[in-house]
Amino acid sequence: MGRLTTSLCGTELDNPVIPASGTFGYGYEFSELYDINILGTFSFKGTTLEERFGNPTPRVAECTAGMINSVGLQNPGVMRVISEELPKLKKCFDKPVMANVSGFSVDDYVYTCEKLDKEPQVGWLEVNISCPNVHGGGMSFGTDPGAAAQVTEAVKKVTTKPVIVKLTPNVTDIASIAKACEDAGADGISLINTLLGMRINLNTRRPLIANNTGGLSGPAVFPVALRCVWQAAKAVKVPVVGMGGVSCAKDVIEMMMAGATAVEVGAANLVDPLACKKIIEALPEEMDRLGIDKLTDIIGAAL
Amino acid sequence: MKDVLFEIKENVPLTKSVYRMTLSGDASEIAAPGQFVNFKLDGLYLRRPVSVYDAEEGSLTVIYKVVGRGTEQMSRMARGENILALTGLGNGYDTAKSGDSPLLIGGGVGVPPLYMLAKKLISEGKKVSVVLGFNGADEVFCEREFSELGCDVAVTTVDGSYGARGFVTDALPDSYSYFYTCGPEPMLKAVYRATKTSGQFSFEERMGCGFGACMCCSCRTVTGYKRICRDGPVLEKEEILWED
Repeated sequence: MGRLTTSLCGTELDNPVIPASGTFGYGYEFSELYDINILGTFSFKGTTLEERFGNPTPRVAECTAGMINSVGLQNPGVMRVISEELPKLKKCFDKPVMANVSGFSVDDYVYTCEKLDKEPQVGWLEVNISCPNVHGGGMSFGTDPGAAAQVTEAVKKVTTKPVIVKLTPNVTDIASIAKACEDAGADGISLINTLLGMRINLNTRRPLIANNTGGLSGPAVFPVALRCVWQAAKAVKVPVVGMGGVSCAKDVIEMMMAGATAVEVGAANLVDPLACKKIIEALPEEMDRLGIDKLTDIIGAAL
Repeated sequence: MKDVLFEIKENVPLTKSVYRMTLSGDASEIAAPGQFVNFKLDGLYLRRPVSVYDAEEGSLTVIYKVVGRGTEQMSRMARGENILALTGLGNGYDTAKSGDSPLLIGGGVGVPPLYMLAKKLISEGKKVSVVLGFNGADEVFCEREFSELGCDVAVTTVDGSYGARGFVTDALPDSYSYFYTCGPEPMLKAVYRATKTSGQFSFEERMGCGFGACMCCSCRTVTGYKRICRDGPVLEKEEILWED
């Protein structure tokens, strides 16, 4: 066991750094720049039952210390993810990968998870009940404890893989949602998805994003994310994967002190494709400075 | 793709709002004309994609128009300052299909990527015609540069204050073997309708990452969904599906 090793739902990770879904594709582009096997794992692009083009463009806008996106779950659909993307992904990543799943009904989630459950490459199912950019389904499952529990319970019945439910911060009581997922059988929870936001073009007086609103991410959301992770970690016993604006080794450590077992890195990958590599390389030195022997020693230190 | 720290050698206005920035640094990732770089600017979160005007060993030139905060900030940067850029992005133009007398059609700030393309086509022994369109005389740039390469250059202005009055489509030559174009979308649509041969179009879209990871700049094509930043920005005429 190295100093950076952590464990996520029974599987050991070499380090806690996990590129977040939607910011890393299926890893191909990044593997041109570095060996992505240095990652703990990564969560691949959100997968739905059917192929989706997603929302009209523009899908992205600049914000102070961050960005807004409204991609709308563009993906080739679960069957093509399995037949086309996973074999390609295997060539650049030989560790278990996290499959991110989205849906518009409980049946969608169940079907998609059932298909991905049979893939040996998939180590975890990250069930996204928090996408702010689609109508129907998506975030609506993540803003109500009953609906969140219903998806969790239904998915758990069709898979033996660990189910990590990805939560939205756009709620009044994140702890109650986290607890509802745990009670329904979730093996872990991950948070936060993006914060609902918007920008307006001052010249045209129209929203910058074609879909009007989108999800805010980047360093701007880090304090909100940290607070949510801390509140969720206080509420549940299952592992919590923290994310939201993480962009350096210090942020990873802070997330772990708030109760995260592992940490996802999202928007940072888009502005610096080497972000995760740099974070992993910077961790030991940062730990030395802070007198941290192993990362597992600090999980939940601030709880 | 490579993240390169460049040094600014020159950053000068060509018109009221169009600037040429010449950089020294590793330009080896630029493999084709029509590719672009993505600049990291202080205080701005997302990078700013700009097409490459010219690239040689150890030197890279971009021509950009000030349209917002990022490009405005770029215009204030001085010689000697450093600027970080992901280089070698996008597919670029393919000169293999050009035939022996290709036509290049550029509008406004869509003109710059055609320069490196013209240079390449001429080095391949092709006879290159160029039509450049601008709004008015005060916005014209790069005419001389194309002429000096040996291209046959025609300029149009919408208000008729320089060159032929009208749009680029009013000045297309009668015969050409193939075409390449870059410019605002209404111009691209007009070129699509007015041209008689096959050709390649370079598109613009708001990008998140610029290298294919985020799916922010996707478009529909005849051959499926494409990312403007990675599978484009250059698309073949036959694969384009115009939205609305």
